Parts: sequence; C-alpha cells; structure tokens
Amino acid sequence: MRKKSSRIVFLPLWLVYVFFYVPIAVVVFMSFNAGDNPYVFKGFSLDWYGKLVGDETILQGLGNTLIVAVGTCLVSTVVGTLLAVGLARHTRSKVIEAIATMPAILPELMLAIGLLIFYTAIDFTLGLTSILLAHLTFGIPLVAVVVRVRLASMDTSLEEASTDLGASPLQTFFRITLPGLAPGIAAGALLAFTFSLDEFVLAFFSAGPTDPTLPIVIYSMVRFGVTPDINALATLLLTVSVVAVLAVQRMTRITESLK
Amino acid sequence: MSRGRGSNLARLIFLGPGLIMLTLLAVVPMLLMLSTMFFQRGRFGGVVYEFTTANFSRLFQPLYLNVIQDSLVVAGLVTVLALLIGYPTAYAIAQLPPKWKTIALLAVMLPFWTNFLIRMYAWTILLSGPGLVNEALTGIGLIDKPLELLYTRGTVVVGLLYGYLSLMILPIYSAVERLDPRLREASANLGASPVRTFFSVTLPLTLPSALIGAVLVFVPSFGNFVVPEILGGGKAIMVGNLIRDQFLKARDWPFGATIALVMVVVTVILLLAQAVVSRRTRSA
Repeated sequence: MRKKSSRIVFLPLWLVYVFFYVPIAVVVFMSFNAGDNPYVFKGFSLDWYGKLVGDETILQGLGNTLIVAVGTCLVSTVVGTLLAVGLARHTRSKVIEAIATMPAILPELMLAIGLLIFYTAIDFTLGLTSILLAHLTFGIPLVAVVVRVRLASMDTSLEEASTDLGASPLQTFFRITLPGLAPGIAAGALLAFTFSLDEFVLAFFSAGPTDPTLPIVIYSMVRFGVTPDINALATLLLTVSVVAVLAVQRMTRITESLK
Repeated sequence: MSRGRGSNLARLIFLGPGLIMLTLLAVVPMLLMLSTMFFQRGRFGGVVYEFTTANFSRLFQPLYLNVIQDSLVVAGLVTVLALLIGYPTAYAIAQLPPKWKTIALLAVMLPFWTNFLIRMYAWTILLSGPGLVNEALTGIGLIDKPLELLYTRGTVVVGLLYGYLSLMILPIYSAVERLDPRLREASANLGASPVRTFFSVTLPLTLPSALIGAVLVFVPSFGNFVVPEILGGGKAIMVGNLIRDQFLKARDWPFGATIALVMVVVTVILLLAQAVVSRRTRSA
C-alpha cells in the first residue's frame, strides 16, 4: 500500500523529463537524416554536418561567437572572482551586494535596450566589443555567485593564520584563497563561456550590422523556416552545453549548493 | 571591524573592477532607459533630449493596453502551469536517494543551459503541419487531417513553459530539501493525514521559494519576444515584441522605453509580493 503511493510521487518527474527531452531528441535524431524533407527520416547520413563546414554565414557567426565568448569568459572570470572574494571578505554593504547581483536578475530585454541607448549616447560603435561588454553584465555576477558558493564551504582558519603571520591581503589571496577556489573559478568560467555562446537577446541589440554572432544567425535561419542544417548545428551546440554542465558538476558538485 | 592597514586598498582591488563595470554596463543604462521615457524620439532612432510626457498618454491607448493585458494573461498562465507542474516535480526529486537526486537535478538544469532559440525551434519541428505530433495523432486515428498546432497562443504558452520550467523547479526543490523532517513527523505523530501534513506544514513553509520561482518564470515570459515570434508566428504579440519593434522597426526609442517601464513595474510588484509572503512565513 505504502509502496504504491510512493511510486506515484515520481510520475510528474517522468512526465517532465519527457516534456524536456523529446523535442531535443527529435532535433538530434533529424540531424542525421539523409533526406531533404525535415519531417521524414530517410536513413542515416552526416551530410548536414558536412554542409555546415561549407556555410560561410555560419562559420563567420561561429568565429564572432567564439571571440565574444572567450573574451566574456576571461574578463568575467578575473573580475567575478575578485568580486566574490571582495563581497565575502571585504564589505557588508547591501548596496554593493545589490549592484553585484541585480544585473543577472534583470530581464535581458530591459538590459539590452538600456545598453543600446547607453552605447548611442556615448557614440560607442556597435560590434563585437559592445556584445562582449553586454555579456559581462551576466558573466561577472555569474562567476561571482559560483565562486562564492565555493568560498562559503572553505575553512577560513588558513586565511586568518596567513594574516596573523603578517601576510598582506594580496599575498593571502594568491597563496591561500586562490588555490582553494580553483574548482569554483573553473566552473564559473565554463558557465560564463556557455552563457555567452548561447546568448541571443543582448547580442541582438548590441550587434553591429556586419558582425552577427551564431545565435543571431540561428535566429534568422529559424525565422526563414525549417532547414535540416539547423538540426546539425543545434546538435553540436547541445553537445557543448551538455559537456560544460557535466564538467561544472564534476568540479563543484553544484547540485549540492541547492540544499 | 577594521581588518588592518591594507584593508582599503584590498577593498579597491577586489571590489573596484566589478563594481565599476557593472555600474557602467547595467546601473547607468537602466537609469538612462528610465529617463528616456521623458524625452522625444530621434528621426532614425536614438533620442532627442527634449522633455515630453506624450509617451505616457500614448501607452494608455487601447492598442497597447490590449497587448499588455494579453501578455499578463499569457505570462500568468505559464506561471500557474509551471507551479502546478514544477511543485510535484521538485517534491519528487527531493524524495529520491542521494545519487539519483544529483542526476535528476542535472537533468532539470541542463535544458536551462542549452540554446534557447534551438529549444524553441525544436517545437516547430514537433508541432508543424507535417510534424511528429500530427503524424502520431493521425497514426492512431484520433484525427483525419493535421491540426493547426503551431502559431497559436497555446503554442506560445507551451514554448514559454518549456523555456522557464527549470527556474520553477530548482528553488522549490531547494526549499523542500531544507525542510526539517521533524516538522512533518510531528504532524504525522499528532494524527494528521499525509495530505493534511502537506497542506498545513510543507506547502506553507515552501511557499516563499515557490513564489521566487514564480517571479523567475513570470518576468522573462512577460517580456519575451522570441517565443511569440517563432512559435506564435507573429499572431500572438506580447510586450516584448512591442518593445523590440519600437527599437528596431518604428525607431521610436523613448516610447519603447516607456513600454519597458511596464516590465519594470510588474517586476517590482512581484518582488515586493514575494518579500511580504516570505517575511510572513518567517515570523509565523
């Protein structure tokens, strides 16, 4: 009797997974389709992956996206890590806390149009740099949050000992804090990279007319209608996300922080 | 709480870069956007900094009020569905053995970290005329000819739910997980049925987190323009589409910013409501 009722508890979970993963599975499956018709499976082939390699627009978009994503990742990681340590060890101000976390919570569209008005007001040319700067508004708080989770689980006695023995805050940071934080920093970096790789709304509003990122290219492809090469591109991007999330889990056991 | 001589310098080095960047790239643009509502449009986009309140009176035209109302209804529906589906899901994950819990949580997080456009595109393959869902329905003889599944308001609701359901499940899971099991045991020992225990112990204590999830789902749904476009076929226009069009098509930035104010107001109201409920739960 008790067993039966406890099994029913898990039914919604299974339904949600079907809801989450059936659409994705269909895209992946169809990316290996030999035929032209996006709705009928005609046998296995890697043709669409081959087509991607020859597609100038997609390659250009990919190149732009990688430049932005690597830049976002590097700046967010350095600045976000410093910010995390600063927030945890060097301030108690609620205002500073709010500035450090709010941008990540704001609706992307609001931030996107705010940035567009800002760039125009200061005559900043739209291009890859403006996209990169826009992505920092999410990247920096993201790295800061992930690093702080790690920071909270670290023993502070080593840092205190270091300070008591006369080390400067910077010496303590580089010799003690930073090595302990390494897994959190790596995870934050990876998440910032993945975020930038997939981000569309901020990029769409901050992009110049000649330098679309990959999501912007995908947006115009999808609006045009269903073409099978999107499936191949989608499958590759999904793979990157899966690998990144699994790596983050390995480094930080991020699911534990939900408790 | 002085932390020694190097303290001010350390503060500057650690907090300076991040705070300067986020102030410049988020705080200043947001303030600029809010002030733009009081100014006039440039001919080809941009802003002419001359004072006006015309943007506000325009906002109250039936055309725009209808879109705002529609968006509230759609986002509200998505949020209610996300709560009804997300709560039992989060609850179920919390009942799993530890090892499965990790896997289940990763499987919930993963969609959130994959490309949003691609996930919406996936539904166009599933739901289009010759798509899989229609194929399956005709296959088992439920319908004779393909249904018009794409480009309806219902499709937009499904798409938004697909996009943001994870954001509902995670905070609720977190709350259920933190719940002291002794509270439920006490309730059971005092003779309450499992259903009674759920409604008088578990649900009230996890409500603040469920409301955080509701805010996280409602706000991006309300301001979305990608889903109404890809899955709504431009028929179901939402606030996000209005804002996008004012900036990129009509080139009336100040009016676009005025519409965005609606988003700001809605967000603030929701956050305040969440804070009130949260405080009440804590003091109870």
